[in-house]
Amino acid sequence: MGAMTTRRPPVDHIVRTRDLYSSLGHDPYRWVRNDGPPPWTELAKPLRECRVGLVASGGVYRAGQVAFHHRDDISLRVIDTSVPVSELRTSHFAYDQADARMDPNVVFPVDTLRTLVAECVIGELSPRAYAFMGGIYSARRVRDALAPEISRRLAEDQVDLALLVPV
Amino acid sequence: MGLIARRVEADGIPTTSLTSALSITRSVNPPRAVFLDYPLGHTAGKAKDPALQRKIVAAALAAVGELEQPGAVKMLPYRWSRDDDWKRETMLGGDTRSDRSGSPEYQCEADRALAAAAGDCPTCIFL
Repeated sequence: MGAMTTRRPPVDHIVRTRDLYSSLGHDPYRWVRNDGPPPWTELAKPLRECRVGLVASGGVYRAGQVAFHHRDDISLRVIDTSVPVSELRTSHFAYDQADARMDPNVVFPVDTLRTLVAECVIGELSPRAYAFMGGIYSARRVRDALAPEISRRLAEDQVDLALLVPV
Repeated sequence: MGLIARRVEADGIPTTSLTSALSITRSVNPPRAVFLDYPLGHTAGKAKDPALQRKIVAAALAAVGELEQPGAVKMLPYRWSRDDDWKRETMLGGDTRSDRSGSPEYQCEADRALAAAAGDCPTCIFL
């Protein structure tokens, strides 16, 4: 093992998108900017007693479900968390899916969460996970349609904590 | 995803968000985030490395008890590789996005037949 080299700063994806859009002759994307403190809810019980819900935006679907299309798809897939990872697939317009297809846990950590249940780090995994395809252009559609739908379903599932895994 | 985190949290469920896009997370400002300095597509760890995946997801869950400041971001120490050359390559990379089409893009053709055979998909929620 050699020494680690000097660290470069994190990739600035806002700058990268701006450069990409500009090279294509598009106006810069207007990212949502929320200043001031975000909403806040305290955890009501210890982690080891919590039911955890998973929400992931890597474009994961289960074999037998309809895949995502790549033109502003904001649809949702409900995935049973007892699913074998061999039945998980990905469909996403924007990122390199090679590793996610080899091991879906990198964007949809369902084996990982099952391990943490077995180790009693968390109480249980909610029976349903929610998957969609991130990179949705319209913040308004996320705010008005997708976010309330996911929030309502997590409440219905009585989760104590939601783990969000974007891509 | 930050917008979803904010909505879920506002509705009364605490959230913790993994992220590999720090500037976007800082801009959208979810309640709690955990930053992993990896190329996009590996937000919950490296493929076929369950021990590392476990550490990353456990760290994301533990953040709920650790972060006290709304909007705080916990920085994970893991590095993708011994050097950070992948970051330069990411910045130089052109448009690798797929063409936009309104029909489902299956990972494998067999999935199309499976979905057709399943008929109406009650677990597919079209908004």
